[in-house]
Amino acid sequence: MDNKKFVIKQISVFSENRPGRLAAIAHALGEEKINILAFSIAEANGFGVVRALVDHPEKAHDKLQSLGFNIAFTEVIAVKMKDKPGGLYEVAKILGDAGINIEYSYAYSGKDGAVLILRVDQVEDAIKKIKSSGATLLERSIFH
Amino acid sequence: MVWWDPRIEEMPKADLQRMQYKLLKSLVYRLYSFSPFYHDRMKSHKVHPDDIKTLADVKKLPFMFKRDLRDNYPDKLFTATQDELVRYHVSSGTTGKPTVVGYTQNDLNIWTTSLARALTSVGLGRGDVIQVSYGYGLFTGGLGMHYGAERIGATVLPTSVGNTERQIELMQDLGATAIACTPSYLLHIGEVAEKMGIDIRKDTKLRTGILGAEPWTERMRIRMEDWLGIKAYDIYGTSELSGPMFTECTEQKGFHIWSDIALVEIIDPKTEEPLEAGEKGELTITILQKEALPMIRYRIGDISVMDDEVCACGRTHPRVQRIQGRVDDMLIIRGINVFPSQIEHALMTIPEVGQHFQIVVDRKGALDDLLVRVELTKGSFSDKINDIMKVRQNVEHKLRGSLNVNVDVELVEPGSLPRFEGKSKKVIDKRSL
Repeated sequence: MDNKKFVIKQISVFSENRPGRLAAIAHALGEEKINILAFSIAEANGFGVVRALVDHPEKAHDKLQSLGFNIAFTEVIAVKMKDKPGGLYEVAKILGDAGINIEYSYAYSGKDGAVLILRVDQVEDAIKKIKSSGATLLERSIFH
Repeated sequence: MVWWDPRIEEMPKADLQRMQYKLLKSLVYRLYSFSPFYHDRMKSHKVHPDDIKTLADVKKLPFMFKRDLRDNYPDKLFTATQDELVRYHVSSGTTGKPTVVGYTQNDLNIWTTSLARALTSVGLGRGDVIQVSYGYGLFTGGLGMHYGAERIGATVLPTSVGNTERQIELMQDLGATAIACTPSYLLHIGEVAEKMGIDIRKDTKLRTGILGAEPWTERMRIRMEDWLGIKAYDIYGTSELSGPMFTECTEQKGFHIWSDIALVEIIDPKTEEPLEAGEKGELTITILQKEALPMIRYRIGDISVMDDEVCACGRTHPRVQRIQGRVDDMLIIRGINVFPSQIEHALMTIPEVGQHFQIVVDRKGALDDLLVRVELTKGSFSDKINDIMKVRQNVEHKLRGSLNVNVDVELVEPGSLPRFEGKSKKVIDKRSL
């Protein structure tokens, strides 16, 4: 069974917490014609981590690295949600019942419905549990 | 082992001290007779040249300070007339008014001789190409090294500072075997070379670094030697003594202070009493042969330790260990003395942070606040906030352990802290603003 197709490559960028850093990252990606599909900023005291799903992660990685950014790839998974009241609850309950611990998560709502991006401890294990619980995982090919 | 002047460099200590005594005696007589400034200072100190009966009597003489040069700006301390001078150097005056140093032809000769011995002692000589990346001009670094390197028959590549990419190209094209610059500039050169796709180890002939004009640490040496494939030697001097004058030999155990040129003492900065060899204190130097601007018991403000044993290289002249801090650089944080070099030393033990750092001192309410900004090394970043927090806590913990004062650490992006081509300015003290 090929669960690898559900593993999505997220880019994570270390950023100082000062004005203009996000603009610098976004400008670089724009220049390379890289589209950002989903994105979030996590803030800690004095610094932040910018996380994004993009259509060309390798290209984004190389571009940002060449500009001196500290950047890493992280494996995440994406679960389809209904774009209506109760949609998040439905998915969250499945995850909770399956005993999946979420490290962090962010969501977007696009033209093909809503999507929950998840970073979990055990990716393979989580994929199996989510699939058997009836929720729909999105394949990597949808993103890049 | 190659020597520049083996007769002097291997001279038995007793003979050296006899020579020092004679030189000191005539220097003191000369100043008492011809320097109104030092004459007055000796009088108010109730000491006469006749009181100097042994070399140890040097401790009876009054000190000189940086402020004496500032107060007598530009040339009131000179004991040579302008027509006897062949050069001026002027210090940058970052900590106050600039100071002016004048040189007679003899003064330049002795300075150059001192460097010729020093450069020979690290194995340089005819056949070497020495890239001088110290600033040329009013600063003593560039011209001083230039003449020292020429004297030993090496080929000088006088690149001065700046235009780093071109410096690296010339280093490659002309086969520089040695570079003289500040340690922070060599770090910068290393980083720029990497960006240009040039491996200093493989793609250049660089084997020796003569690094100084700012404090650096033993760990930084190890890191640079490993990274760039060179031997890195400490060089010491200030414009008031002439300029860069003394380096370590290949033993890398402190710089040799040539006894026929300078008399070095380590004193307790508080009691002003001389300390024994091996004790940490303030470096005090008398330049025994200087015509235009003689310096007696000059308190530079550098903290170090002296070793008076004969060196394994065979040289009998005392060695002074790497400068551990400068009294002027010392920060007092909540009553505790903190030297930037201690911070550098602690950071070097943590692979997750880079070589560059910045210290910001501020006052929060009545309390001093010490913030150290360091770059998170490429590759030591994972996606996890917790991992980064752990790096920061580790840095804070190590700094607190070595400084005995609470430190806040800010992790910044690689390459974001300022790089310096000359002397680096790592401390921002907002308390005085």
